[in-house]
Amino acid sequence: MAEGKRTQASEEQVAYAKVLNVVMFLGLAIMIVTFIIYLSGILPAFMPPQDVPKYWGMKSSNFIHTFHAPTGWAWVAMTNKGDYLNFVGIAILAGLTALCYLVILPILIRKKDTAYVVIAIMEVLVLALAASGILKTGGH
Amino acid sequence: MTLSKRLSKCLVVAAVPLILALFVVSVFASAEPSAVPAAAPGSQAQSVTAPGPQTPAVAAPGSQTPAAASSVSKIPWWAWSIILLVFTFILGILAVLGGVGGGVLYVPLVGGFFPFHIDFVRGAGLIVALSGALAAGPGLLKRNLASLRLAIPVALIASAAAIVGAMIGLALPAKLVNILLGATIIGIVIIMATAKKSDFPNVPKADALSQSLGIMGIYREESLGKDVEWNVHRTFPALLLFIVIGVMAGMFGLGAGWANVPVLNLLMGAPLKISVATSKFLLSITDTSAAWIYLNAGAVLPMIVIPSVIGIMLGSIVGVKILARTKPKAIKWMVIVLLLFAGLRALLKGLEIWK
Repeated sequence: MAEGKRTQASEEQVAYAKVLNVVMFLGLAIMIVTFIIYLSGILPAFMPPQDVPKYWGMKSSNFIHTFHAPTGWAWVAMTNKGDYLNFVGIAILAGLTALCYLVILPILIRKKDTAYVVIAIMEVLVLALAASGILKTGGH
Repeated sequence: MTLSKRLSKCLVVAAVPLILALFVVSVFASAEPSAVPAAAPGSQAQSVTAPGPQTPAVAAPGSQTPAAASSVSKIPWWAWSIILLVFTFILGILAVLGGVGGGVLYVPLVGGFFPFHIDFVRGAGLIVALSGALAAGPGLLKRNLASLRLAIPVALIASAAAIVGAMIGLALPAKLVNILLGATIIGIVIIMATAKKSDFPNVPKADALSQSLGIMGIYREESLGKDVEWNVHRTFPALLLFIVIGVMAGMFGLGAGWANVPVLNLLMGAPLKISVATSKFLLSITDTSAAWIYLNAGAVLPMIVIPSVIGIMLGSIVGVKILARTKPKAIKWMVIVLLLFAGLRALLKGLEIWK
């Protein structure tokens, strides 16, 4: 019994895995459903699927500039368009890690694991910074 | 025995059409990359679009830039999703059998032979690697093979560096990205072909940093039928290396398992199983930060991303089942050759020798 316990994952590790498992499947399912919606044309699209092959050879910054496509979180306001609806599933997957960190933070605090509390908070801040859209990339 | 031989033969046979398909796709798609960028310059196209608050919607893409419209692909639009799905499905199988992440195969091969701009390929590559890592994460964590204790400090360094890498990568011209990508892939091939791995590296004494962070663990090694205790050393130099790994992951949209595993295993001294599992889990954090940068910069096209993610994940599921019945050594060498080919393609494309 004690031998088995030694090799068991820690409480925070199990909590992280549980959230990851549920939300990952949710994100993937949403990705598949929204992609079917986009291809089927149920919703109008910002760029219909038949037009995308004409422009996917463009540099992303040119693409944005040419079509005034949304950057940062502007896509949220365009989820009534079939293509940008796909971003919901992608954003769920991309936001999942930060969520998992927020789930394990109370456990780490309860365990008085100060170093990992600080590192976990810093990680959430790093991910929030990346997700914020504040960091702009230069086009070429 | 017979079954494993048959499966190995099937996979080798499957790789031949894969390479042929790459050539066919690149030939049929050859009109696009040359024509579209010529039509693309922002200012010129803008005058045609007459931008306004509502303009971008349906009207913009479909009805403008005659030069771009003339570069219609010989392949119908719907076929691209199917081609990408099938291609990434095979890639998913090969990646599992070759012991590499999907991203490291995806970016050079799709970037080299499909008509997509390298920005969109890297954006998709990161989401492909991220999805695979997220899918594998729960099982690895629950079985205590991926160590959260080991991953958390490393991930902080790598994910912050990946943001920098993504920003640099998106700012660089495509030619330079291809040259650097090609050189990196060739470097990865050398690492894969020559690096030795150690199942249970000798760690005489855990270093002060890893001790203060409590980076250690115990896992059940089923092949030996006993519990294995592990700890690590050389934590500080490893963290420095993860800066480089993070930058490269973000810059090229590659999953970084090819670099994570040697650092965790050979430098830090974590057992191989722990290194491989923690590396896979680590990608879910490193690639997240870089993926946000690509997403926010508009370098993510659902038409490329979604079939790729589905294809790779289905291929990985099949690959894991085949892995249990086949000897992956020959497949690993095939993947190395495929990577070398993809790396040379990216390098020559960047140098404009093989357009």
